[in-house]
Amino acid sequence: MKELSLNVLDITENSVKAGATLVLIHITEDETLLTIKISDNGCGMREEILRGVIDPFYTTRTTRNVGLGIPLLKLAAEQTGGNISIASRHESEFPTTHGTDVLARFYKQHIDFTPMGDIVSTVTTLIQGHPEIDFEFRHDSQDFNVLLDTRQMREILGADIPLNDPEILTWIAQYLNDQY
Amino acid sequence: MKSLAELAAIREKMKDKIVLREGGDASIRIVVGMATCGIAAGARPVLNAFVEGVEKEGLGGKAIVSQTGCIGICQYEPVVEVMEPGKEKVTYVKMTPEKAEKVLKEHIKGGKVVQEYTISDTKNA
Repeated sequence: MKELSLNVLDITENSVKAGATLVLIHITEDETLLTIKISDNGCGMREEILRGVIDPFYTTRTTRNVGLGIPLLKLAAEQTGGNISIASRHESEFPTTHGTDVLARFYKQHIDFTPMGDIVSTVTTLIQGHPEIDFEFRHDSQDFNVLLDTRQMREILGADIPLNDPEILTWIAQYLNDQY
Repeated sequence: MKSLAELAAIREKMKDKIVLREGGDASIRIVVGMATCGIAAGARPVLNAFVEGVEKEGLGGKAIVSQTGCIGICQYEPVVEVMEPGKEKVTYVKMTPEKAEKVLKEHIKGGKVVQEYTISDTKNA
């Protein structure tokens, strides 16, 4: 992946596939450390599946279930001296609090740090493809505190206007860009 | 500076438009592969080019742009499928935003498949 924002897009698609209705994407950074946390309220994973998503060659699959998204994120983090961790609560054991949290840490000064790239485009792409899901996007640093919460947007827009209407998508991109 | 309050104005403005949209028959489906393979190969700007292009060319009532997962031809990503009732599915491969613009103008608007970008022509090349 040429941009970390593409990893964010890819990993968030896992939340979508897990049936999440709310996904939180939270990026925080300072001079040296950048963390990306993606949390969802999807169905979660059992422990044996969780082990499998980190290692692409550990698989019990008979059908395509586990992809390369997490290994690519892990690679991007580890090549900077960082790491990833995943916590997951499967719905069978956690009927009300199920979901998955993916946390990735990157050291920005490392020569192999992948730039963030066009994160605004990642957010608009997610909303374009999944207008029925709520996304809370935060990006915090010393210089800016960017926030977009589709739940707030729906409160104003009402239920009948889809968030992937082109006019709304344009507004989202401008609203985010203004905050950087 | 954009504010959330502006959404209320957009809402008012869009009330009539929604009726129109629902009435219009968006019969053409433009489907962009957005799995890991597609994203890594550059599908995000291709998708955005289609979304923006449909709006710019005034094709909103005619075509809708949607996303899908991996369709199994990762080496040809970014892959875009165009589906239209009564016609054979067209699979465009190794797409770029520039190619997307041409597909929108010639195929979606003009009804003529851009043969050179299709999978059959790329395979034979």
